[in-house]
Amino acid sequence: MAFSLSPERERQVDEILTHYPERRAALLPVLWLCQRQNGWISPEVVNYVAERLGLSTAIIKGVVTFYTMFFDEPVGENVVWVCRTLSCDLRGGKAIQDHLEKRLGCTAGRTSSDGKFTLLKAECLAACGQAPMVQINDYYYENLDLELLDRIIDAHADKGGEAAAAELSTFARFGTPRRNDRLAQASAPPPPTEEAVRVASQPPPAAEASNAGGDES
Amino acid sequence: MSEPIKPLLTSRYGVKESWKLANAESAGAYATARQALTTRKPEELKEEVKKANIRGRGGAGFPAGVKWGFLNPQAGEQIYLVINADESEPGTFKDRSIMDLDPHRLVEGAIISCYAIGAPVAYIYVRGELAFSLKRLEQAIAEARQAGYLGERPFGVDLGHPIEIYVHSGAGAYICGEETALLNSLEGRRGEPRLKPPFPAVKGVFGMPTIVNNVETIASVPDIIEMGGDAWSLLSRLPGDGGVRIYGVSGHVKNPGLFEAPVGITMRELIDDYAGGMLGDRPLKAVIPGGSSTPVLDPRRKVHAPAEDHPLHKWHGMSEIDVPMGVDTYRALGTMLGTCCAIVMDDSVNMVEACRNLMRFYKHESCGQCTPCREGTGWLVDVLNNLVHGRGKTEDVDLLVNISNNMMGNTICAFADGTAMPMLGMVQKFREEFMEAAVNGVPDGVRHDDSVRGMVEGAA
Ligand SMILES: Cc1cc2nc3c(=O)[nH]c(=O)nc-3n(C[C@H](O)[C@H](O)[C@H](O)COP(=O)(O)O)c2cc1C
Ligand code: FES
Repeated sequence: MAFSLSPERERQVDEILTHYPERRAALLPVLWLCQRQNGWISPEVVNYVAERLGLSTAIIKGVVTFYTMFFDEPVGENVVWVCRTLSCDLRGGKAIQDHLEKRLGCTAGRTSSDGKFTLLKAECLAACGQAPMVQINDYYYENLDLELLDRIIDAHADKGGEAAAAELSTFARFGTPRRNDRLAQASAPPPPTEEAVRVASQPPPAAEASNAGGDES
Repeated sequence: MSEPIKPLLTSRYGVKESWKLANAESAGAYATARQALTTRKPEELKEEVKKANIRGRGGAGFPAGVKWGFLNPQAGEQIYLVINADESEPGTFKDRSIMDLDPHRLVEGAIISCYAIGAPVAYIYVRGELAFSLKRLEQAIAEARQAGYLGERPFGVDLGHPIEIYVHSGAGAYICGEETALLNSLEGRRGEPRLKPPFPAVKGVFGMPTIVNNVETIASVPDIIEMGGDAWSLLSRLPGDGGVRIYGVSGHVKNPGLFEAPVGITMRELIDDYAGGMLGDRPLKAVIPGGSSTPVLDPRRKVHAPAEDHPLHKWHGMSEIDVPMGVDTYRALGTMLGTCCAIVMDDSVNMVEACRNLMRFYKHESCGQCTPCREGTGWLVDVLNNLVHGRGKTEDVDLLVNISNNMMGNTICAFADGTAMPMLGMVQKFREEFMEAAVNGVPDGVRHDDSVRGMVEGAA
């Protein structure tokens, strides 16, 4: 069946086209819109984009295959990227992957049998100071331990549970909580709130450093 | 011990909902841009940036003021500003904090920079994974536009050209951080680097003169203009390498994270004073100073600079980690400052394994245009796999060196050098460990997360 974007997304394409002097420059943004709607870049999507931007399908396929985030085959409802580059591996990235493989019942590169999760290995995701971490769909989950990871996976496994999971996600923080402190509070949920950003633009005074010194403080 | 400084770049990180215009503005945002656009000439602003001696924060450390000076548009050419927010160098996580916690600083920096260099359009190229940062930036830009800080007449001033900022999302490719690959990606192509020259300042995006700068470089511009280039430069402890910057620390330290400090603190200060010292008080074995492409430092090694005119003479006989962190000092030390985000490793780490981890990254990310890089990265991984799995020979250690030497300087872009240099550094500094692996392999169960594994698993 032919693919087409929703009217709202079509309007976004029109807007995107005004950002560039050349139509072709809209290719990545338009592919993103399509993937968000369709889940992956199917042959029908390629045809649609070719038509919309006036490009050959060969050019589009060449671009799609260059970038790891464009899927040229269907994926699970959730895509889990586990970072295995050095900073994460130094803080337990392998243990995180091992646990995910056990928990989801599939090895990295595959989709769980219920179709809910595709597990993929990622290269450094710019969260190294909050290692170990995983990205699930658009969300970053950092400073992980297995218990927190289980809660996150539970939330994502629920249909419509993404919002609940997102509560556990993080954005860049400045001065991260010290690992043992966070573990000590593992039972006390949740997430560092957005307001509670600790600014560590200077070395923490000795007293503070020995206490919490985290963004919960 | 480090003198605490008044935060500049990160001064709004702690402000409640700092990403909203009203909050950022009551904490000082856009005052400098307004003043610059209404009262100062582009030439003056460029001069301040030159005086600031700001070395590019994206890794290569090129002086931003000098780069801006390369612009010489021909009749009919439009200048573009492209902000590199690809942040993919392993170990690096600083630009993301600016976009998430103070996006208006980047927008303000972009407005001033566009005015200074005469660019009507700036693109911010954000790596695709950072969907959250992308959204924050888009919101910030929309707010700034609504407030009249962007558009036809920014701050109500007729500049002779509009200023528009657009965010462009990548889609997962480290190489798109390389500036010419980024430009290709922005144009809707595969992210393959272009031959230089022509440099982007002459022929960049859409064939037009283009300035490519890192997020942190552009985010520093408002402070430079507010304080004046000379004063800002003097915040640094080093000559010719001005200002303050955001340092990152990951790996085996008690308090990993980001810290703002003057240019020129030492690695020892960064680890001990800022990052809280080594996790579990274990010994420091090695530190990769500024992203994975920068050759490793070994704290056991002493600086050898007996000649008085050697740039590192002052630190002769001291440990490598006691040399101030600057673009030129680190180059003299045989490494690079890179992105200034350090990866710290304690004595539980096997360096052959650590090296294999990084070389796998490069193999995965090579764009494949140039044979020495495409094949070389694969061979390095093959040899390292053999070493780790006990299938190696002692000659393999020199083979690693040989492959690396054949990659250096033989490719279109600096990716291959960024692979070969750290590889060579590893073998040079930890040769015994590679030789040991060649004989015995790396025993099963040697994991570089040994010292933290209990923490990850403990709670479950
Ligand atoms: C393989 C490779 C990857 C790079 N990745 C980045 C990156 O992620 N972010 C960045 O700002 N610069 C990156 N650079 C450096 C850019 O090419 C360019 O020098 C920089 O964006 C210029 O900005 P600056 O002068 O403000 O540092 C990379 C360079 C190479 C060779
Ligand atoms: S190494 Fe995992 S986020 Fe950088």
